[in-house]
Formats: sequence, C-alpha cells, structure tokens
Amino acid sequence: MSGFFVNVALMAILILIAFLALRSHRLFAMVMLSGAFSLVAATQFVVLDAVDVAFTEAAVGAGISTVLALATLALVPSEEKPHAVAILPAFLAIATGVLLSVAVADLPAFGDAAAPIHNHVAPDFIIGSAADIGVPNVVTSVLASYRGFDTLGEVVVVFTAAIAVLLIIGGYTRTARRRNEAQAGTEGDEHAG
Amino acid sequence: MQDDVVIRVVAKVMIPAIMLFALYVQFHGDYGPGGGFQAGVIFAAAFVLNAIIFGLNKGRHVWPAHYNLIGFCLGVLLYGGTGVVAMLLGGNFLDYDVLSSDPVAGQHLGILLIEFGVGLTVAAVMVSLFFTFAGRASHLRLLSKTEAHERHVAAQEEADK
Repeated sequence: MSGFFVNVALMAILILIAFLALRSHRLFAMVMLSGAFSLVAATQFVVLDAVDVAFTEAAVGAGISTVLALATLALVPSEEKPHAVAILPAFLAIATGVLLSVAVADLPAFGDAAAPIHNHVAPDFIIGSAADIGVPNVVTSVLASYRGFDTLGEVVVVFTAAIAVLLIIGGYTRTARRRNEAQAGTEGDEHAG
Repeated sequence: MQDDVVIRVVAKVMIPAIMLFALYVQFHGDYGPGGGFQAGVIFAAAFVLNAIIFGLNKGRHVWPAHYNLIGFCLGVLLYGGTGVVAMLLGGNFLDYDVLSSDPVAGQHLGILLIEFGVGLTVAAVMVSLFFTFAGRASHLRLLSKTEAHERHVAAQEEADK
C-alpha cells in the first residue's frame, strides 16, 4: 500500500514540475526543472525496480543533459519569446493524452506474469541467462549478448550524434582552419617585429 | 568559478572519486546495475566538472579535442570488431561463445569488450559535445575569471612591449 502512495506522490511531483516548466518563461528555470523532472523520473524507475534505467536517467537526463542545456543557454537569450497559445498543437496533445489514458485501462496489471510481453522470449532469457551467459545481472546479459546487435545500433547512434554536432558547430571546417592559420601567421609576424 | 577555494578543493577531491566510480560502474555492470552507457556518462562528468571549475582552456589542456575523435571511433570499432572476430572464429556476428574455449568464459570476455567499447564511445562523445557547446559560449559566460584575467595580463604585456 505504501508503494501506491509513493507512486502517486512521485507522479504528482512529475506533473507539478512539468506544469511549472510549461508556465515558466525563463529558460534557466526550464533547464533546471527538466533536470529535476529527470531526477524524479529516475526515482520512479527505482520504485518500479528498473535500477539500470534509473541509473541511466539520473546520469544522462539529470546530469549531462542539464549541463549541455546550460552550456547552450550561454548562447541564447535568457527569456522565451512571447507567443500566443497554439490551439491546434494543444488540442492534439490533450487528445493524444486522453486516448493514451483510455488505452492504459486495457494494459495488463503491473507485474502480471500472464502478460504477453512476459511470455514471448523473456522466459528463455531469464532462465537461460545463468547457464548461457553466466552473468548475474540479466539486464546486462540481454543488453550486451542476447540483444548485442541492438546495442551496437545504439552506440552507432551516439557516435553519429557526435559526428553531426562536430560537423555543424565543431569548427572543423576548411574555412575556419584557414582563418586560424592566417591569424596565427599574422600574430607570429608581430612577435618577430 | 575557480576563484572559490571551497569549490576548487571539493572538486579536486571529487574528480578522482567520480572517475573511480565510473570504472566501478563499467566493470561491475555484469554483477549490479550499470554498464558502459552509465559509466561513460559518469566518466565524462568528471571532465565536465574539471572544465567548469578550472576553465575550458585547462580542461582542453587535460583532454585535447582530438582525443575524443580517437576515443569514440575506437569505441565503435572495438564493439564492431568484437563481432567481426566472433565471425572469423566461426560463430555468428556478436556471438561471443566462440571467443574462448569455454562458451561462458567467451560470453564474459565478449561482454567485457563490448561494454568497454560502449563506455569509451559514450564518454568521448559526451566530453566532445560539452566542449563543442561550451567552446562556442566561452567568450560569453563560461570563460572563468582567472582565464579572463590571464588573457588581460598577457594582452597588457603585449601592449607594453
């Protein structure tokens, strides 16, 4: 029963933070609130016994994402541009939310052993992991071995993101390098003079 | 921010501890929560903290930008290479059973290698992203006071000459 109250409290905090972020016009406050949102979401994952996901959410969502957003804030104005309420997107978001909430009623109960998701390949993984892989953390054996090809895809996505960022704003362009070399050349001349 | 003694001292104590914790998460991922993704982000956090407290230039001095390129390329190659080696040894792509004479030992070795590849890629990518974004903002806010002061002094010395 206490688990129920913890879940309700955490969800209430999540909704409160999301609402505050929506209301705020200061970008710094929004970044901080999104970091707090990730931290509360990580706590929620711990309550749901998904510690690996919680770990990732806390490290990436609350940690690095917040720092990257703060670094980006130094490049942009500190206030959001005032804009009118967008009726159509708001309607679409609310309609999707209502549909999903209705769909939740059809989901199997949390932790239901008879749910289809738990009866496909999951039993093979859980039972076979100890003998096939010999790794106590089943999450690792699924992520790294049974689903190794998916994880390779994820790593390539992360790699591609870094390549894209470096190509767009990394400054590794031919013109930038020529400009730097030209500057270094003139500075060298000044030293000589 | 480096002008604050408390922050500097706490950062100096924390940075090695963060790195050690990242290594723990990296190599203990088989036994507890964690793995390459989390370890990479935590390891990158140590470099980010270093750059925030001691300035971007000192951060770049500790970890030059081209290390990141080498890091994330090596990480992906290590992951893919493990799969290719498994193929060359007669198994399927990323089937670690054949990496050792004992299938379970082979799985352990394979998971260790690919998790290390993941950790290397994620750490290098995160450090790279931070320095790229923060580098563009360095002339605005993230340039530390001491760095600004050092530049000012250097410029004055230039002018005096």
